[in-house]
Amino acid sequence: MNNILSRNNAEKRFKVYGFLAVSTAIVLLGILLFKIFSTGISAFNQSYIGVKIEINNSINSSEIDPRTELRQQLRNMFPELTTRAEKRTLYSLFSTGATYEFEDLLKANEGKTINGYYYFLASDDVDMYVKGTVKREGDSAGRLMSGQLKILDQFEEQNLVELHINKYLLAGADSREPEMAGIKGAIYGTFYAILIAFITSFPLGVLTAIYLEKLAKKNRLSDIIETNINNLAAVPSIVFGLLGLAIFLNFFDLPRSAPLVGGLTLGLMTLPTIVIAARSAIKSVPPSIEEAAIGLGSSKVQTIFNFTLPLAMPGILTGTIIGIAQAIGETAPLLMIGMVAFVVDIPGGPMDPATALPVQIYLWADSPERAFVERTSAAIMVLLIFLFLLNITAVYLRKKLEKKW
Amino acid sequence: MSIEELKVSIKNLNVFYGEKQALFGINLNIYANEVTSLIGPSGCGKSTLIKCINRMNDLVDICRYNGQIMIDGEDVNDPSTDPVSLRTRIGMVFQKPNPFPKSLYDNVAYGPRLHGMTNSKEDLDELVITSLQKAGLFNEVKDRLFEPGTGLSGGQQQRLCIARALAVNPEIILMDEPCSALDPIATAKIEELIEELKEKYTIVIVTHSMQQAARVSNRTAYMHMGELIESGLTKTIFSNPEHIKTQDYITGRIG
Repeated sequence: MNNILSRNNAEKRFKVYGFLAVSTAIVLLGILLFKIFSTGISAFNQSYIGVKIEINNSINSSEIDPRTELRQQLRNMFPELTTRAEKRTLYSLFSTGATYEFEDLLKANEGKTINGYYYFLASDDVDMYVKGTVKREGDSAGRLMSGQLKILDQFEEQNLVELHINKYLLAGADSREPEMAGIKGAIYGTFYAILIAFITSFPLGVLTAIYLEKLAKKNRLSDIIETNINNLAAVPSIVFGLLGLAIFLNFFDLPRSAPLVGGLTLGLMTLPTIVIAARSAIKSVPPSIEEAAIGLGSSKVQTIFNFTLPLAMPGILTGTIIGIAQAIGETAPLLMIGMVAFVVDIPGGPMDPATALPVQIYLWADSPERAFVERTSAAIMVLLIFLFLLNITAVYLRKKLEKKW
Repeated sequence: MSIEELKVSIKNLNVFYGEKQALFGINLNIYANEVTSLIGPSGCGKSTLIKCINRMNDLVDICRYNGQIMIDGEDVNDPSTDPVSLRTRIGMVFQKPNPFPKSLYDNVAYGPRLHGMTNSKEDLDELVITSLQKAGLFNEVKDRLFEPGTGLSGGQQQRLCIARALAVNPEIILMDEPCSALDPIATAKIEELIEELKEKYTIVIVTHSMQQAARVSNRTAYMHMGELIESGLTKTIFSNPEHIKTQDYITGRIG
């Protein structure tokens, strides 16, 4: 009697422990996501300042220097600013990107005249102040000095400071100026690297698994190979980076910083994960199906390609996607092969220098400008969304390919 | 009875799994167009024996054997014999129904497609239909040929597996306890089928049911601990066994 009671109590206790463990994990995950999203969400908006542009003769954009002209238009708005220093203060509220935007505006109005208010990209310091990330303390706010604040106040009085959608974040490449920095280059770099990693590691991994599981004789050698593949899965990723550096860069002389090399290195790193997943998927295919095929006179290889592989595919793909997801988030090996460079161009192919999303996050997290903080979180959000999509794909593929018998 | 034609002759067959010997000097003759049943307690080597006939034991790394198995005078283990083409001459039906996770049609068509046995879609359709008819399944499934074979009942699945084996037009059909996972009604159907099939094929059936062996087979071989104790006409074995072990097993004293 006593025994049953204590057994039931033990069971209840165990359930409570389990529940506590799960809720702790969920709460921690919730805090993490909340922190990232609440910090990062503001990076998707960007401060713009309205400028009255008045050009009365028909525009020939090739004859106008946008930088000088924009400054002229600004000075027209504030005729009271006369000294060089005051004028410089006025210009400093705008990002260098404002000049490019003005140039685009001129090109769009070729042969016409312009008269009206147009919005131009503000500098990151203005942006931080507008978003309330830095507060006014005395007569300065963060890196905004009293002179800048005075002019900014005038803009605000006229309701000329607005938050617009940040088109640079998703459509631009990295930049020294936070307000112009984007992750498109990093996304392309990640895409090419992961594509290469998949192309190399998936066939290699699956073939290795088939060979070890179905074709190799079980002996000492196959035991050693098996143990070492399991060991490889536990090797720190930076070691794979060193391997990539030694083989692909130093020996094969492939270009530094290229997603090709990053992809090959990540592929090497993913290989053991795929081999292990594929082997267990192949093992779980019912032998009765294979026996039936062999009994009908199909050869070993025919049996593997007609039955074993298709039946193991959901498991293989799930394992592969998990491996690839791991590779997407990997930074260390990419540092070793130089994908940590500051790249302002969007890579056109796997041979162009590029960086990758996690490396971009690492670079931004390391930058001193306050505005990079929210961008770091925004980039993490994008990375998390990618991983989430990949996991959804894994679940979907599994459900779709799974056959019942 | 017509003159018996020797189909398979097994001479002095020893089989080892690693260090362990599974079969000891087996000698057995299997005659064409007859049903030969193998009976004996579990683990006595019945399944091992029939798997030697179509060399399914090759798939087991640690399996070694010596001795001779002749089918129509050809040595099964001769280096010039290709196990894959050998298996097309020998159909096999397993203990647990194991249809492929494909449609009924594709299940039956797998073998013929694999060996390029038909030249046109029409030929293949016809072969699939006749195979299903031979297995006595066609009328039950003719409306759902393209549905998964795994949706059938256990007995139907087993007949599907028989149809699948028949489609490659084998000479010999090996059945490894084909009814052990089936209910008595499904079993009766399979037994009826075996009765019909022996007109055209040579059948070897492993069974745990003495009644089944008595009902379906012309000849019976009794095995014990990897040795063939006694073989002969089923009537003789069941009514007047020579060996005391056979008698004990048949009467239920051991096994």
